[in-house]
Amino acid sequence: MTDSNQPVSVSKDADVTADTARVERAAEETASTGGGLLRGSLGRNLGLIVALALICVAGVITEGDQFANVDNMLTVLRLASVIGVVSIGMTFVITGGGIDLSVGAIVALASVWATTVATQTMAEDTHWILLVGTALAVGIGCGLVNGLLIAYGPVVPFIATLAMLAAARGLAEIIANKRTQIVTVPGFTDFFRGDLLGIPVLVWIFAVVSAVGWVVFNRTTFGRRTFAVGGNPEAARLAGINVNRHTVMLYVVVGLCCGIAAVMITARTTTGSSTHGTLYELDAIAAVVIGGTLLTGGRGTIVGTVFGVLIFTTLSNVFTQNNLSQSAQSVAKGVIIVLAVLLQQRLARRANTT
Amino acid sequence: MSARNLPLRRRMLVSATAVLTAGVLAACTSNEPASSDNGDGDTNAVSSNDDAGDTVTIGFSGPAADHGWLAAINSSAVDAAEQYDDIELETAEGTNDASQQIAQVETFINNKVDAIVLLPTDGAALTDVAIEAMEAGIPVINVDREFSSPFAARTTVLGDNYGMGVSAGTYACQLIEDKGIEDPVIAEIAGIDSLPLTQDRSQGFADALESCDQTVDNRVAAEFTVESGEEQASNLLQAEDQIDVIWNHDDDQGVGVKAAFDNAGRDEFAFIGGAGSCNAMDWIEAGDMEATVIYPPTQAADGIKLARLIAQNKGMSDLVQVEVPKRVVLNAPVVNADNVEEYRDLCFES
Repeated sequence: MTDSNQPVSVSKDADVTADTARVERAAEETASTGGGLLRGSLGRNLGLIVALALICVAGVITEGDQFANVDNMLTVLRLASVIGVVSIGMTFVITGGGIDLSVGAIVALASVWATTVATQTMAEDTHWILLVGTALAVGIGCGLVNGLLIAYGPVVPFIATLAMLAAARGLAEIIANKRTQIVTVPGFTDFFRGDLLGIPVLVWIFAVVSAVGWVVFNRTTFGRRTFAVGGNPEAARLAGINVNRHTVMLYVVVGLCCGIAAVMITARTTTGSSTHGTLYELDAIAAVVIGGTLLTGGRGTIVGTVFGVLIFTTLSNVFTQNNLSQSAQSVAKGVIIVLAVLLQQRLARRANTT
Repeated sequence: MSARNLPLRRRMLVSATAVLTAGVLAACTSNEPASSDNGDGDTNAVSSNDDAGDTVTIGFSGPAADHGWLAAINSSAVDAAEQYDDIELETAEGTNDASQQIAQVETFINNKVDAIVLLPTDGAALTDVAIEAMEAGIPVINVDREFSSPFAARTTVLGDNYGMGVSAGTYACQLIEDKGIEDPVIAEIAGIDSLPLTQDRSQGFADALESCDQTVDNRVAAEFTVESGEEQASNLLQAEDQIDVIWNHDDDQGVGVKAAFDNAGRDEFAFIGGAGSCNAMDWIEAGDMEATVIYPPTQAADGIKLARLIAQNKGMSDLVQVEVPKRVVLNAPVVNADNVEEYRDLCFES
């Protein structure tokens, strides 16, 4: 038994070493391209920039003045910001070799939990920060449960987060009693719906989350480990990374992002509701994937994700401006996903060979 | 506010209530008729139909109360039954699963209830079992979502989705005429576009607007959720610098629509809602909303009342006809600042 076992494990080790080398190379590649934002990254994101530009050109041609003004741009950015924050978190999980189907449900749960706390216990002397803290804590808590189940269960991510999707949405309905809870906490809506230097606070949050996400992703050990774990968990383990702990951390990150998104949507709509975040999982995954992140893990891009989110939000803005139906919009969305991925592959290949 | 009319109407209401109360005292029945539920706004007359009759068992089954309007449907049905000592209500757990609801109706048939009030999750899916009940001699009262066969229900109580659109459109025409707006921009925020009820509402709106030579300039469709309402309304506002009338189909999603208006700092248009939630009534009172078109959440309550009459072999005393009509389509009135007080008690929490 031991005899026969020996050679197998040796050859496995050899495989693993090769894989490790490949993963490291991929990680280095990503890191270097991420660093040279204008050169390598531009090449890889060219398809997305072209797609976004085409949509904008279509907007300018059809509805020139209405589309190309500051107000409209800020509206697009504001609408992109909630799903954008969720997508940044999703980029981490997918790059780390996982998937999170429960993001929308977590947003809903965090929003109703926070608004329930706000309406039940918020006395006049309590700050709205309690509402924000509750939402973030619920998001992190759900992410932690997801992560622990996936890392130590182990339950495959698809199933574990599918279970969370059902459970969190159900719990949200129970807590809110399927009612829409209107937030009247003084200061909260004023702050989050307000402007800072002429730009909506929600957009600032999206910008900050994206920037922090980019730095963590491309400039820290945590980011490097994410690529390694996603590329080949076994190799990552042999390289001394605590893969289980890292996996838990990844789901906590996306949970935190959902908590932030819950605060944002609560402010945007002035309500907490169990219907918030419907189908966010699909929107976020679509944005991440057309952004150029590999669905199988090991390769990812924050900049691409931001473009992915902007493409979809701008698209629905242009469609609404032209008074086109939602159904037409869905068709266009499907076409764009496929086109962007195809274009992305072609351009990436060319960028790699030159 | 039509200040001229109000005192007169008030006086009439007071005297009507007085007569009502006198009638109740004189009749001295064990039932508590409608006087308890609507207070001032109640103009329904009390008739000998409210006198206690044979005790009847009524089975009630409806969809899961997953939004404000359906929750109000259920609670007002239960309230209506509680007003009568001669009604024993068997309420089935609300469900969105057609097969489970079929099982509930089969249970009612086995229990030999005297009448069934059914708001189907899906009208077509529940038609067969309703026919089964009718063949077993149990009258079925169909509420809101219609069966696919005329043999499946003794009486059908429906809200009027097309009529909602017509009411909203007619009101919009009136506003445009009153304000003398040339070439107005009219926008519509629909609900889930694939539902027949949404299509009916939009058709009614378009038809009514056509009568004053107007069309819908911009139309978006949300999903009855607050979030989708906010998103669609935000984009809609960007499409036009100046809008004169916006009709939003549903006050549940209206919370988000209103948030989008506030976010964008826009209020140049007349904002008309739909359904009649308490939020909408609040906005109308505060002057933030022009009007809303009622889609009554009391249909099942009316269904219960009709079921009682049918089971007790009574007719509707205000009609010459001796039997309860085959079909009752409820009106879709417009509530604005002038009459919001009267409708306040019918509102529902979203």
